[in-house]
Amino acid sequence: MSKLRQRFALASLKIVNGLSRRLGKGHGTVAGGRVGLRLDPHLLESLGAQRPSVIVSGTNGKTTTTALLAAALADGGGRVVTNQTGSNMPAGHVAALAGASTETRAVLEVDEAYVPQLLAQIQPRACVLLNLSRDQLDRMSEVRMIAERWKRALALSPNTTVVANADDPLITFAASGGSHVVWVAAGLAWKEDATGCPCCGGRIAFALGGAWACTSCEFARPESSWRRHDSLFVTPNGEFRAVLALPGDFNKDNALMALCAASVMGVDEASSMHAFAQVADVAGRFVSATLDDTNVRLLLAKNPAGWSALLALAEDDPDPVVVAINSRVADGLDPSWLWDVNFAPLRGRRVVASGERWRDLSVRLRYAEIEHETAADGRDAVRLASQGGKSVDVIGNYTAFNDLVKLL
Amino acid sequence: MSALRVCTVYPDLLGTYGDGGNGEIVTKRALWRGSEAELLLARSDESLPEAEIYCIGGGEDGPQVLAAQRLIDDGELTRAVKRGAVILAVCAGFQILGTTFPDASGAAREGLGLLDMTTRKGEGPRAVGELVAECTSRDEGGLGLGLLSGFENHGGVSLLESGVTPLARVLPGRGVGNRPGDGVEGAISGRIIGTYLHGPLLARNPELADQLLRWAMGQEELSPLDDTVAVALREERIASFRTR
Repeated sequence: MSKLRQRFALASLKIVNGLSRRLGKGHGTVAGGRVGLRLDPHLLESLGAQRPSVIVSGTNGKTTTTALLAAALADGGGRVVTNQTGSNMPAGHVAALAGASTETRAVLEVDEAYVPQLLAQIQPRACVLLNLSRDQLDRMSEVRMIAERWKRALALSPNTTVVANADDPLITFAASGGSHVVWVAAGLAWKEDATGCPCCGGRIAFALGGAWACTSCEFARPESSWRRHDSLFVTPNGEFRAVLALPGDFNKDNALMALCAASVMGVDEASSMHAFAQVADVAGRFVSATLDDTNVRLLLAKNPAGWSALLALAEDDPDPVVVAINSRVADGLDPSWLWDVNFAPLRGRRVVASGERWRDLSVRLRYAEIEHETAADGRDAVRLASQGGKSVDVIGNYTAFNDLVKLL
Repeated sequence: MSALRVCTVYPDLLGTYGDGGNGEIVTKRALWRGSEAELLLARSDESLPEAEIYCIGGGEDGPQVLAAQRLIDDGELTRAVKRGAVILAVCAGFQILGTTFPDASGAAREGLGLLDMTTRKGEGPRAVGELVAECTSRDEGGLGLGLLSGFENHGGVSLLESGVTPLARVLPGRGVGNRPGDGVEGAISGRIIGTYLHGPLLARNPELADQLLRWAMGQEELSPLDDTVAVALREERIASFRTR
């Protein structure tokens, strides 16, 4: 019965996915996955439990780290299945896995809320935990609750190796539930959610250079055998120089995490580095496209930590910039976080506030004393920003970014 | 008069929900009118500075307990209230001004006791969403500033005792407020204002920001500022209920 149910669920999933792709209703991942899971609630388990797999989660860098890791595993030989379109909940996972044989290795990006479910149902060989900071507070739990749930779930998954960012106290706390942990010093630029100790409720103090320790209990940064000096990656197996096509220090940190995870999966560092260099486009992020003769560089930032990293990257850029903000379910319904972002690096550039929540952004920019114009519609905003000029940067949060990608 | 001091209390513990904008907004509105003003960000490893306006924001359960302990040990906030300082406290910051509030396990913790109010863990789902409420009148001890717009996101429920006035009454069907069924939002006692509203609150309600300034600067009349976009934002948010 259960075999029959599984076969029926899989067939239905593929039919729905094929239909939705043909009808142009999307990437054809989530809809089919939902139908499949409805028909067979154990589908994720039966599709995922047999194969070697890695899951990747955290607030920022999930999609990029997943792409880098998948590239490394594919470069090392053999097939790899991954949920490339950012459909990072179980419906997206079963849709991706259904398209590959049961032995094919899987690299899955996982929404923070579903990490315990994935650990329990597919028992991955490795679990990559990047960082935790405030994001979509109406939907997600506060970060300490997430860390607590991860810790408990990892304690029940003894065959999983945790690849954990030791520079983030909340990740360190969560990873401490695991049986095997490899610590990676992958940086933590945004420390504003890390002050309260997740162990004892005391205060965590950060030293220059990123070392941290609780001032009340024994909780402190673990020693990392994986770290980097700018582009030189130091590993237990030697030093390797990274040449990445992706911009920014935050992507070097993502690459370091992916390098370690690939090593856990049996890929040597030199081949991983070679594969990383080829990754230039991650779901349309960091790429350029043309709109009405204007070269548009697309940048995605979803939460204060992501915005801070991206605006630092954009600091010396003279091109006009469109900032687009939505507040749909996938963005978080409350854009109060705009006030956590330091928009000062945009001062002096031509700025256009756009997206469904352009008014919130405009008020924010006014108090930050950053001159700007407004245009709700994305295409209008790009025109207004470019004024016939050649290049425009567009920074959007999740659905605003995706709307703009569709436009190009 | 010497420079107006606005203090954002413990942004490292109570800075999770974007409420840090409130301190920035009050400070800028004073500066734009030609007054001297400075914004002080008081982190939790420092003693709280003297200020005329204190803004306290929302945070997570664990850090909230730590913040309350530190504020009680520090003592400055209680002294400031006696001097006539203004406090705007949001969400977790609002809860710790009461007599008790719940920690992550639901156990009651001691608050600062500056508002006659108790908070406990709610049994139902978190109250999450847009809220519109009408300020209580001046006759009742309220502000009489018309409608307030904000975004609530809290699991705790607060019960106001006789010593405080509700800040506002929730319009029917437009949010939860302090406790499901009570239909009231926030609390006011003298120059202490507590509320569950994020947004941040003062970005959407510039009239309230100016009320804090009138108290702190001892001026009845403030010169007008261009609030066109803030008013448009506020109207769009209030209208968003009708188009849902």
